[in-house]
Amino acid sequence: MNPYNYFYFPGRLAWRQLVFDKTKLFAAICGVLFACVLVFMQLGFKDSLYNSAASAPLKMNGDLFLMHKQTEAMWRPTRFNRSELMRTLGHPDVDSAYPMYLSLAQFKNIETQTKRTLMVYGYDPDADLLAVEAIIEKRTELRLKDTALFDESSRPEFGPMRALLDAGKNSTEINDYKLKIIGLFRLGVSFAADGNVMTSDQNFLRIFADRRADQIDIGVIKIRPGSNVKKVQADLKTRLNEFVNIFTYDELVQYEKSYWENTAPIGFIFGFGTIMGLVVGMVIVYQILFTDITNHLNEFATLKAMGYKHGYFIRVVFASAFFLAILGFLPGFLMSLGLYRLAESQTFMPMPMTPHKVFTVFLFILSMCASAGLLAMRKLKAASPADMF
Amino acid sequence: MDKMIEVNDLSFSFGSGELKNTVLKDVDLTIHAGEIVIMTGPSGSGKTTFLTIIGALRQATEGNVCVIGQQLVNSSEHAKVTIRQQIGYIFQQHNLLKSLTAIQNVAMALEMHPGLTEAQRLQRSADMLCSVGLDDRLYYKPDQLSGGQRQRVSIARALVGKPKIVLADEPTASLDKHSGQDAVGVLKKLAKEAGTTILLVTHDYRILDIADRIVELEDGIIK
Repeated sequence: MNPYNYFYFPGRLAWRQLVFDKTKLFAAICGVLFACVLVFMQLGFKDSLYNSAASAPLKMNGDLFLMHKQTEAMWRPTRFNRSELMRTLGHPDVDSAYPMYLSLAQFKNIETQTKRTLMVYGYDPDADLLAVEAIIEKRTELRLKDTALFDESSRPEFGPMRALLDAGKNSTEINDYKLKIIGLFRLGVSFAADGNVMTSDQNFLRIFADRRADQIDIGVIKIRPGSNVKKVQADLKTRLNEFVNIFTYDELVQYEKSYWENTAPIGFIFGFGTIMGLVVGMVIVYQILFTDITNHLNEFATLKAMGYKHGYFIRVVFASAFFLAILGFLPGFLMSLGLYRLAESQTFMPMPMTPHKVFTVFLFILSMCASAGLLAMRKLKAASPADMF
Repeated sequence: MDKMIEVNDLSFSFGSGELKNTVLKDVDLTIHAGEIVIMTGPSGSGKTTFLTIIGALRQATEGNVCVIGQQLVNSSEHAKVTIRQQIGYIFQQHNLLKSLTAIQNVAMALEMHPGLTEAQRLQRSADMLCSVGLDDRLYYKPDQLSGGQRQRVSIARALVGKPKIVLADEPTASLDKHSGQDAVGVLKKLAKEAGTTILLVTHDYRILDIADRIVELEDGIIK
């Protein structure tokens, strides 16, 4: 038998058997589709969580970052003394060192006057500690007293800020301190904060009257061009007190992500949800294929009596698994795409459909179908064709 | 004349120990090329078991079973598959694949034959279906055919590969008198034309007249 027919004949038989009973095929496709959507949604929520959690650290503009060792994540920092940061300036390769102040605060909705918690970032506007174009453009205006920028991707409960600003209503309160919103930027919300505000270090200390300039949350260090980050980091480690962590940019992002993945209970919940999605999907696909093979067992036995070899049936089953995987995956993918959009519009967190995710889910569905088929095949192997009649 | 099927001292039993149930006892039977032999006997006499051993569907362990020159007692899976490919099998229930049309069902028997194109396969299948009188039912699926028509498709499927031997297991059991005689009549005619050997197991006395020879099996012994 030539190699083409080797796969074509069993594939054709599998296809004819599948399309013969349209109702059963529809039910089977629905099952695979459901498994597919289940896994896509769990993966989507999980990735979205980690991406949004890292949205602030990803935008940080610096080479090395100082944080107190007790700081688990950026949104809940432990303060440390500014002098610790300033000591790094003694290193010949360090170009600049700036403090960043962070705090959660009550923001008053300009329209409804209701208050809601968001994150306030305070730093010297000339230092450009966040690499966001809209903030850098407003550098000069931010130096004025009682001014701030508002994150446009904050949840809508804070008010339709763009429309309000266009209408000239820009006066609001943060922690009952009155200030003016002078512009918008985009950073993104996370599970820690529903919105963000950026202001200068001076304004930050005015909003939070109990905060002192020498108690900082994060220290951002920029090194001279051409010097080795790893080497500077190692040097500084020996000079600094034990209670601070010194991170490179990648380490900071990783530290923040692993907090949400491992330390925060929410990471466990989504990890668990993903595994449950995989298991439920597996059971569904296995049931479908097993029933399908059981229904055709008599026909397979007939073919066996006619002289077909066992390998032929394995190819038939794999072909069925392959067709089911494709037929269920395509609508499942399209449906998930729609649901991602829906979820994005509801949660205001990015939910990208990455090729990596598409590939992972397809591979999962395919291998699930294949192994379910393989398990079901044992039934035929054990049965002698003579016992069928 | 060539010996197509030669059976000597064949014994077969199900189970073991105290539950051992002997089905065939020292069966001897020789069938020559082109012969049509009918094996009759009451239910439970071991007819179907005998047929499945000849058809290489069941493994026998005692005696000699030589089919087309191949020893089937304690044979390998490969040897059995090779023999199965040279035998046409007609089942009690038609056992057609219900998702395939008549012509596709018949062509399934040719997919194992290398060297045929798809067009040749379909042509031979169509010709064979014409020979059994189903030229207007080529593209019907089994559930659109009557019992007699299904059994004729099944006969076409067994014969299309030009097998040396056709084994039939109660082919008329689920048919009325008329369609039953029709079906075996067609079978006899085509087998005689091609010189095919037939071993047919039945207890339907109405079709005994097609046989060249009748053997009777009772309680595992040939009378």
